[in-house]
Amino acid sequence: MDKPMNIMLAGFGGQGILFAGKIIANAGLIDGREISWLPSYGPEMRGGTANCSVVLSDEVIGSPLVTTPDVLIAMNLPSYERFINSVVPGGVVIADSTMVGSCTMRRDIEYFAIPATALAEKNEIQGLANVICIGKLLALTGFSSEDVVKQAIDKSVSAKHQDLAEANKRALQIGEAWATSEC
Amino acid sequence: MSSVSESLKSPVLFERPQALADVLTNYCPGCSHGIIQRLVAEAIDDLEIEGRTVGVCPVGCSVTAYDFYNCDMAQAAHGRAPAVATGMKRAHPENIIFTYQGDGDLASIGMAETVHAATRGENITVFFVNNAIYGMTGGQMAPTSIPGQVTQTSPYGRDVTTAGYPIRVCELLSTLDGTALAQRVTVDCPKNVRIAKKAIKKAFEYQIERRGFSIIEIVATCPTNWGLSPDAAFKWLDENLLPYYPLGVHCDRPAEAAAAAEQGDKDPAKPPVLVDQVAVRTPQQARTDA
Amino acid sequence: MAEKVLMKGNEALAEAAVRAGCKLFFGYPITPQTEVAAYMSKRLPKVEGGVYLQAESEVAAINMVYGASASGARVMTSSSSPGVSLKQEGISYLIGSDLPALIVNIQRGGPGLGGIQPSQADYWQATRAVGHGDGHIIVLAPSTVQEMADLVALAFELGDKYRMPAMILADGLLGQMMEPVVLPDVLDSAALPDKPWALTGHQGQRRHQTINSLHLDAQELENSIIRRFERYETVRLVEQRAECYLTDDADVVVVAYGAASRVVRSAVNHARDEGLKVGLIRPITLWPFPTQAIDLQIEKSQAFLAVEFSMGQMVDDVRLVVNGRRPVSFFAHTGGIVPTPEEVVVAIRRVIAGEQIDIVPFKSKLTGDRA
Repeated sequence: MDKPMNIMLAGFGGQGILFAGKIIANAGLIDGREISWLPSYGPEMRGGTANCSVVLSDEVIGSPLVTTPDVLIAMNLPSYERFINSVVPGGVVIADSTMVGSCTMRRDIEYFAIPATALAEKNEIQGLANVICIGKLLALTGFSSEDVVKQAIDKSVSAKHQDLAEANKRALQIGEAWATSEC
Repeated sequence: MSSVSESLKSPVLFERPQALADVLTNYCPGCSHGIIQRLVAEAIDDLEIEGRTVGVCPVGCSVTAYDFYNCDMAQAAHGRAPAVATGMKRAHPENIIFTYQGDGDLASIGMAETVHAATRGENITVFFVNNAIYGMTGGQMAPTSIPGQVTQTSPYGRDVTTAGYPIRVCELLSTLDGTALAQRVTVDCPKNVRIAKKAIKKAFEYQIERRGFSIIEIVATCPTNWGLSPDAAFKWLDENLLPYYPLGVHCDRPAEAAAAAEQGDKDPAKPPVLVDQVAVRTPQQARTDA
Repeated sequence: MAEKVLMKGNEALAEAAVRAGCKLFFGYPITPQTEVAAYMSKRLPKVEGGVYLQAESEVAAINMVYGASASGARVMTSSSSPGVSLKQEGISYLIGSDLPALIVNIQRGGPGLGGIQPSQADYWQATRAVGHGDGHIIVLAPSTVQEMADLVALAFELGDKYRMPAMILADGLLGQMMEPVVLPDVLDSAALPDKPWALTGHQGQRRHQTINSLHLDAQELENSIIRRFERYETVRLVEQRAECYLTDDADVVVVAYGAASRVVRSAVNHARDEGLKVGLIRPITLWPFPTQAIDLQIEKSQAFLAVEFSMGQMVDDVRLVVNGRRPVSFFAHTGGIVPTPEEVVVAIRRVIAGEQIDIVPFKSKLTGDRA
């Protein structure tokens, strides 16, 4: 039985933070695991920072609020600054280095910088930096399989926007394939 | 002896309406409520709707009305009768729902419920008894007490510089597109009683025809709290209340629409009571639909 | 087994209500319950006889509920703390008129406008003072999205059975989070209970009926209240519900409901890993409070610890049951702060070590007595 994985995703409203969390949660659902997805709600979603706690576990989940993440996906500088010190020692941090610096002062975590926003623009899939980060997370942690995450994308994309699923899957693969060096 | 009982079998000229329960009234002598409640019951009888009528009476002298009708009745919180009636009508649209409210209830504590039921075009009938005073609690200033009127809580007469002006409910509600009928009547003489009866019946008919919100305001007396005899009370009503509260139809949208149609006006100035669903959407909705 | 779907607590609750035969919803927007209203506005117009109505106020909404309930319908409203305060008058009238209805409170921090983060500070309001006068409502406290769905049908069922309003007392955390949920089956409308008391119009078939909470004769009023309290006594005896988790060998039992119980469950697991014998009693019914479950635990355990997102409200009910037989400690955060499992573990360690603690945030600031 795997250890529960506590994931914190954070960034600006509009970067698709909650959606990215939903893909991870749906992958957990397909894998038959226990999952919880908890968004920040209220004024924060109106133009400020957005964050989302996702827990993947094989046991009943207690608190769904991630306060000490095993994994942090930081998609902007304020989010990085707010959460970097709460990551557990040995935890994984994926930072969108287009928005966040490519280095960290913390030496007790695994830090991966990926220029997700720039990659999205270069590949003409603007707005899918979030899913590129999920691809990186998948490659790093194997929290699920690529096949399942693709199914999770289909599930997470609303019925009306199924045409966007392919672009999301491409973003996933770009993230998976991107080789980063640890800082 | 037999001739006496024979003589008692004279034809019935006047009797209690079916919809009115055979119980003692608890209103003060000379109070207008008795006349008005009888008229409501007569209208229910005339339209043969007692079996599917539910009345709502909230707080004030109207509260005991639930004892006086033979149709189903509910008591409601102060001012909330139009909201309660809304819940009833939405649950059973085929039923006929009326509220019976006083001035403090309808125009003060329950003004929001009144205005919003009207503007929704809620298909209910409101009977609004306006006697310009709080009766049940013993004669305090009402939202419809007129300037200069002495009450327990306006002992020097209603001073509009501190207490503001009375509210003309029919005029106010006439500005709302959801109001089908707003008519003010009184019951000070047989002629006006007949007009009131006609208006009350029409309001029920509009509900049956699903035309939207109807309100009949009945300008009434409160001899006890006005400190006048029943006779003098009607005289005071004629001289003081009616100039402030003009009788008549303040709004009758179905009639206006019919008149406009008759004149070949396909585009009457005022919107019809039942507005067709208009396709107004926000940009966000449009994106979602696309 | 039916398919598991990923849903927000608020949405699962709304869908479960529709499936339980609730066709009428009256409400007013307020964070963090808005998804319930939004879901209903989309769903109910597609249901035959379904009504979604955005009322002009919380006060109007609860009175629309009163009207629909008096007409015999399954009906609900939802709100959050400040909105529920506005509904209290209407809830009192529902109680006084023996009318069932579902009221959902997705709690946020108070008093006043407070905040919008998760809170449990309306416990007293729900269980002690939900309106003026003698009276109670049934109060159910879900702790998962699954329970947000499952307790809806129970609330309607108990409300109809005992002719009293029922409340689902949740909070922003449970309302906003998504978890896998198996939605309940659609209730066959034939299974809905008869309501011969309802105001449906006598249709010439029966005597006219009234729904009323006014009794000007004091003796008549006392009689009606006593009859109602006799019903409450049955509810207290047979409708208590609680979950006991690892309590059999527990030296210390933590009592917590709703979202707080989730934090405590994590804390209990951590503490067990350290070898500490600790368990959790999770009240599911807050009224009636599960006195039986706590009573049975007194012989087995040395101490109790209540954990809440408030300055200490449910802890009163724990102390009333324990009645001095064991020490009852208390740990809390309030105002929208969700305690961490680590903080609760520290509190558990101290209680197991024999301390009686009473840790609330303001004390921790003043005295440094922070768990």
